[in-house]
Amino acid sequence: MADALSEASDLSGGEESQEEDVLTPAELIARLEEAWLNEKFSPELLENKSELVECVMEQLTHMEENLQRVRKGDLKASVHRMEIDRIRFVLSSYLRSRLQKIEKFFPHVLEKEKSRADGDPSFLSPEEFAFAKEYLANTEVYLKAVALKHMPPNLQSVDMLKAVPEPCLDSFVFLRVKERQENILVEPETDEQREYVVDLEEGSQHLMRYRTIAPLVASGAVQLI
Amino acid sequence: MFCEKAVELVRELHRMSDGQLPAFNEDGIRQVLEEMKALYEQNQSDVNEAKTEGKTELIPTIKFRHCSLLRNQRCTAAYLYDRLLRIRALRWEYGSVLPTTIRFHMCAEELEWFNQYKKSLATYMRSLGGEEGLDITQDMKPPKSLYIEVRCLKDHGEFEIDDGTVILLKKNSQHFLPRWKCEQLIRQGVLEHVIS
Repeated sequence: MADALSEASDLSGGEESQEEDVLTPAELIARLEEAWLNEKFSPELLENKSELVECVMEQLTHMEENLQRVRKGDLKASVHRMEIDRIRFVLSSYLRSRLQKIEKFFPHVLEKEKSRADGDPSFLSPEEFAFAKEYLANTEVYLKAVALKHMPPNLQSVDMLKAVPEPCLDSFVFLRVKERQENILVEPETDEQREYVVDLEEGSQHLMRYRTIAPLVASGAVQLI
Repeated sequence: MFCEKAVELVRELHRMSDGQLPAFNEDGIRQVLEEMKALYEQNQSDVNEAKTEGKTELIPTIKFRHCSLLRNQRCTAAYLYDRLLRIRALRWEYGSVLPTTIRFHMCAEELEWFNQYKKSLATYMRSLGGEEGLDITQDMKPPKSLYIEVRCLKDHGEFEIDDGTVILLKKNSQHFLPRWKCEQLIRQGVLEHVIS
């Protein structure tokens, strides 16, 4: 797929986005794929990458425009068409898995957002935040209207934070190491075991609890696979 | 036994395979609510009696009734919430218009929730990227090829593809169409992907 994707960049050759760090289209797509895989396999919602999403959307629009100029029946056109389809799939799939997590864990996601310090980057993009708030309000209104308001006065509210399951950070994930890490503390699995440290060599692959390596996923030192 | 009705509601959904939406059990919900009302009233009067006359032997009964109340509340909420999740999945499967058979199984408030959800989702998708946004309910599967062979399962009328050609989707006719145009129609059951 990587070959084909770099093809895509030829079409819009040189039209990199004008963000602070200038990326070639191929790099842009590589970043998207990285974000996509991480989001797909991590049990919790990761930091939003709205800038990246915007760049890819721009890129797609460029490619669509360029395609309009290609004459009908050209073989090149269908190859590029395929490229656009593939990129759009990855992008949609990425945004879809984020939205799914937001819906699944909405009270926790909103709680995290609320307790975030002012300077910290937000996990949700403004659009996702609006969506999550609407989802929460909508669901509360619904539960109230159908059943809760008919219940005895002391039982008319449900604590969403307790009622909706939290993301399971202890689930296991496969990962590939991109930057060598030393002294990662691994918690014991059973009572007999003691905790121990491991070094993660660059390029090696591991199966570990998400909780152990969550900061490394956030910093981009490891890639979930 | 208390709570039996409420547990029955949860069981009802549990028995259904994933993604199926049984008819809204209004009667069941009503019975649970009635039971809760009765329990609550009994508790109120017992609490008064325990307070005024100092009957401490009533306290375990009160506690038991309260637990039953909590359990009833929890089961009802679980029933309703699970239905919402199923309804949500329908939005992704059928698009924004649901088939009448399914709408028939939903209560008025559920339809209201569905409409709200639809709106939130649409607002979100419109806000993505450029002017027209991005429909993320499309492209559900990784694309394998540009064009696919499809067969019409029902009459759908005329259908325009990107280059402006209009084709007539007639029952049992077979077409070779761009995949990204047919995905939704396939999910709606208008077209069938022919795998040779």
